[in-house]
Amino acid sequence: MSADPGATGPTLGRDEVAHLARLARLAVTEDELDLFARQLDSIIEWVAKVGEIAAADVPPTSHAVPLQNVFRPDELRPGLTQEQALAGAPASQDGRFRVPRILGEEQ
Amino acid sequence: MSAPVYDLVDFDEVVEKFDPALGLEVHVELSTKTKMFCGCPTTFGAEPNTQVCPTCLGLPGSLPVVNKAAVEAAIRIGLALNCSIAPWCRFARKNYFYPDMPKNFQTSQYDEPIAFDGYLDVVLDDGETFRVGIERAHMEEDTGKSVHIGGADGRIHGAEYSLLDYNRAGVPLIEIVTKPILGTRERAPEIARAYVTALRDLIKALGVSDVRMDQGSLRCDVNLSLAPRGSGELGTRTETKNVNSLRSVERAVRHEMCRQAGVLLAGGEVVQETRHFLEDTASTRPGRRKETSEDYRYFPEPDLVPIAPSEEWIEELRATLPELPWARRARLQKEWQLSDEELRDLVNAGALDLIEATVAAGAPADDARAWWVAYLTQQANAREIPLDELPITPAQVARVIELVKSGELTNKLAREAVNGVLAGEGDVDEVVAKRGLAVVSDEGELVAAVEAALAAQPDVVEKIRGGKVQAAGAIVGAVMKATGGKADAKRVRELILERCS
Ligand SMILES: [Zn+2]
Repeated sequence: MSADPGATGPTLGRDEVAHLARLARLAVTEDELDLFARQLDSIIEWVAKVGEIAAADVPPTSHAVPLQNVFRPDELRPGLTQEQALAGAPASQDGRFRVPRILGEEQ
Repeated sequence: MSAPVYDLVDFDEVVEKFDPALGLEVHVELSTKTKMFCGCPTTFGAEPNTQVCPTCLGLPGSLPVVNKAAVEAAIRIGLALNCSIAPWCRFARKNYFYPDMPKNFQTSQYDEPIAFDGYLDVVLDDGETFRVGIERAHMEEDTGKSVHIGGADGRIHGAEYSLLDYNRAGVPLIEIVTKPILGTRERAPEIARAYVTALRDLIKALGVSDVRMDQGSLRCDVNLSLAPRGSGELGTRTETKNVNSLRSVERAVRHEMCRQAGVLLAGGEVVQETRHFLEDTASTRPGRRKETSEDYRYFPEPDLVPIAPSEEWIEELRATLPELPWARRARLQKEWQLSDEELRDLVNAGALDLIEATVAAGAPADDARAWWVAYLTQQANAREIPLDELPITPAQVARVIELVKSGELTNKLAREAVNGVLAGEGDVDEVVAKRGLAVVSDEGELVAAVEAALAAQPDVVEKIRGGKVQAAGAIVGAVMKATGGKADAKRVRELILERCS
């Protein structure tokens, strides 16, 4: 999904919104497809303005803090007990998290 | 709704009509003490959800921190695979909906793998070398384990619900991806197996993983496609998962070749999908359709800062690389003057390390080899255990050999000494003392025994004096009997001949 900052008009179609909705596991109605396409489109256009300012000499930045190589030694740290781990689970069984039927195939 | 069923094509026909393209993705679980991004233990087989913390459970407010040992292992693997090491790289989030990752994403690397563009030279059964290109090796984390309840055979299909254990979630993984392996023809199954075997041996030698396929610490996905023979094209590929042994790697490649050829020859289309290998029938069944990498919406992991290994660090790690297994085998073959067959026997018997250690402890290579492949292998077989689990150390074997060389033990007594060590009676010298195994080295005692034997058989003495030197054997036998087999036969013979001249 590349947004050309110079282009005008919608760059995002209904099909793409439907695809995004599927990836996000959201049920979207026909009307909403049009609505979201327009809304997402204006967001993309807005974000694309960054590209007008950031020239080739400005590298893309993923981290605001100028740090690298932050490591931890390979040493054990106490974690949670099974009871603590499962305390917040909506359901559990045999020491495991119990989750509803998984729709779709095995990963 | 059922998919059309196609016949499998005979392997020879597949090779005649198609060119296979192979791609292998191997996941190696590192044997670091702790997980990739938190300090939870990684030991296999613990009670469910007892090796977890807020970070690997993806609880709000938790933050990951990279395990330095895992990065070092990744760089060492990359270097051993002749890869370039990225001077700067990041982690990325791979987003998907599946409860095996409680965060709803897996922390992985996307377009900035820590190691890339290398190769592994694989030696095939006939001694030929085949170079497999390595596309990349990147760092990521393992997922949790799920059990599906209520469906047939524990499969997800038809299950009512699933149970999750997150002990494995977050265990460091290195994914090693080959470049397309082309031109393998009928050797595709063999090359796939040889590659995974070589990779396993290499990683074992690096000491960064126990590479147990049966426990899932080494897992292989097989990508395979077929193109019309000589076309130079690449066909639609499938990815076969759940390939859990070296033999299965070979069988999975073979099966997919025969299956895809059946689809193509019947005018069908190979579906780009993930397939599951079925161990019992050596066949595959379809799984999910493959998502494209865009669908995972990778983006740089905001909670982890970039990794920028310095040249010095990389060189430091390069200096820790062990001698590569095949280089070592070639060296030992030369040093010990072995034929290819002898070398293969030693490797298959798992005797190479043991013999090398025995030699390192001072024994001549010939003797070390003879002990390990003959008597000790028999003992291991009798106990039905691997050779390296026999309760005797290379140093102990070297001591036995030393005692034989110095004449303090005969071969027969040496075997008894070994038996004593195997029976847990103590160290070699202790066993020799306790069992009274030392040969009679007291010259006076030996002379007395020889003279007694000569006096008992004057007719033999006459024969020897008359030039029938071989008759001395009877006297040697008598002396050995008198000393309980503890006399040095060579010395006894010398004493006899001296006295009969
Ligand atoms: Zn943890």
